[in-house]
Amino acid sequence: MSQPGYSGSLADYERAGGYQALRKVLGKVPPGDVTEMVKKSGLRGRGGAGFPTGVKWGFLPKDYQGPRYLCCNADESEPGTFKDRQLIERDPHQMLEGIAIACYAIGAETAYIYIRGEFVLGARVLEKALAEARAAGYIGRNVLGTGTTIEIWVHRGAGAYICGEETALLESLEGKRGLPRVKPPFPATHGLYGKPTVVNNVETLANLPHIVTKGPEWFASIGSPPKSTGTRLFCVSGHVKRPGNYEVPMGITFRELIYEHAGGMRSEKPLKAIIPGGASAAFFTPEHLDVKLDFESVAAAGSMLGSGGVTVMEEGTGMVWAAMKLLEFFYHESCGKCTPCREGSSWLLQTLRRIHAGHGRTADLATLTELCQNIAGRTVCAFGDAEIAPILSTLKYWRHEYEELIRQAEASRTPELVMPGRH
Amino acid sequence: MLREKYKNEVEQILNRYPVRRSAMLPLLNLAQQEEGYVSEAAMKEIAGILRVTPPQVYETVTFYTMLNLKPIGKFHIQVCKSLMCALIGSDALLGWLQGRLGIKAGETTPDRLFTISTVECLAACGTGPMMQVNDDYYERLTEEKVDRILADLKRDGTSALKSGPFMWPEPVKT
Repeated sequence: MSQPGYSGSLADYERAGGYQALRKVLGKVPPGDVTEMVKKSGLRGRGGAGFPTGVKWGFLPKDYQGPRYLCCNADESEPGTFKDRQLIERDPHQMLEGIAIACYAIGAETAYIYIRGEFVLGARVLEKALAEARAAGYIGRNVLGTGTTIEIWVHRGAGAYICGEETALLESLEGKRGLPRVKPPFPATHGLYGKPTVVNNVETLANLPHIVTKGPEWFASIGSPPKSTGTRLFCVSGHVKRPGNYEVPMGITFRELIYEHAGGMRSEKPLKAIIPGGASAAFFTPEHLDVKLDFESVAAAGSMLGSGGVTVMEEGTGMVWAAMKLLEFFYHESCGKCTPCREGSSWLLQTLRRIHAGHGRTADLATLTELCQNIAGRTVCAFGDAEIAPILSTLKYWRHEYEELIRQAEASRTPELVMPGRH
Repeated sequence: MLREKYKNEVEQILNRYPVRRSAMLPLLNLAQQEEGYVSEAAMKEIAGILRVTPPQVYETVTFYTMLNLKPIGKFHIQVCKSLMCALIGSDALLGWLQGRLGIKAGETTPDRLFTISTVECLAACGTGPMMQVNDDYYERLTEEKVDRILADLKRDGTSALKSGPFMWPEPVKT
């Protein structure tokens, strides 16, 4: 993709060895063996949860007669994340080949690419690539003359973060409000239209052609095996010199990513805070710079690798403000299905706004903590746990900033009730 | 109206799904593309095509932020205000834009050319501050760039400053 002159056209992709992986497996390798290959590679979902891809495929019922579906999650909406957009717009055939391989492995004849509605250019690029791939016989009925049917359709969303949650995505694809479903049953058995369904992220699928071509052992040798194999696209944003997407082996440190790849801080101001994996991940401090960017290391340090969105903040950035900005996002995007999340996000935002505006009260910190405790684990999807991460982590590392704002507010406040004096 | 004007498109959309209701968002997007918003008439027509009730269409429309229930300006400017853009100046940019157009976010200019909205993350965090105008992204914005874009839009209906297929950092030129 980064080669000069590479346009992402079918001809360019084929010249770079494209669709050889599909030719290699289609009708030649049994679908179950493809799944085994992906399991062996150690590939884990690149959307956020990091679930092993081959294992996910393996959950589909073996003896089910009837349609199965693959959904490609291209609803990239996690603040701090902009990798799928690049994969879609610059190299659409790579993900289409990945989708075709996944369809073959799980026995799906139909795949839907659920792309966020704002990616109008991405949807156009995909439609054009699909037309090319159809004409060349890589998708459609009777793919490459093997008798296999693989139809791929682009389905545009219409603006809702929650539709990146896989069951909300399915609801939305069925033409309804994007409310996450209660699980179980899981999509593997009851997914799109109640049929066995796999939902995989764009980047996850884009890895498949390479795993097939170069072998699962090759893939498993990259990164920090055995749990975090392969490379990842990390999206660096915030106060760095060179923000952008960097594909690196998993397991490099935050220090290497931020100071070598992204060029370090944009000014003399030192680094103050890092969000390691999208807005849903707990904040890190400079003390975490030597944590490795792999699933286990980031989790062990108290956050998550999530979507790969790494946001860097410099000294001088208010952490109450940062948490408030993120809560504005979560409040806006809460789908409203579960009361703790719907009402909780509103209360959290109101409380944060009060503190930030200089009207905080001493009791507010206990209120924030209590609200977070009442949301954690009490919602249908992971959104509830996501929205409290910025608050709990900023309270943990920068509690003094909250306290100072509240102290100033209390000091400037005239007492509401004053004991009347006796005359 | 959709069925008359976009007969083929509607048929093609319906053919992609085994269940008609799945065509809801594609048809709503089509309706909005036609009128700039989703009118009551469009919702009723879509209900008929999908064989659902008009309230079922309405309840879906109200869930999705991209679907407008009221007419808006010719150019819908959506400025990202999420944390990642706010870190690198989206608040100041929004202020500049509002000053230039003389309206606040959520309002439309009297000549009905521009509507400003603030929106949450549009997945351009490494190239902020940014805004989307109708279908196009504009990134790494500065005050000068915004002025040029507004002038271009007024004059030509589009601007050469819009983003092409995304890659950042840009590939090294050899």
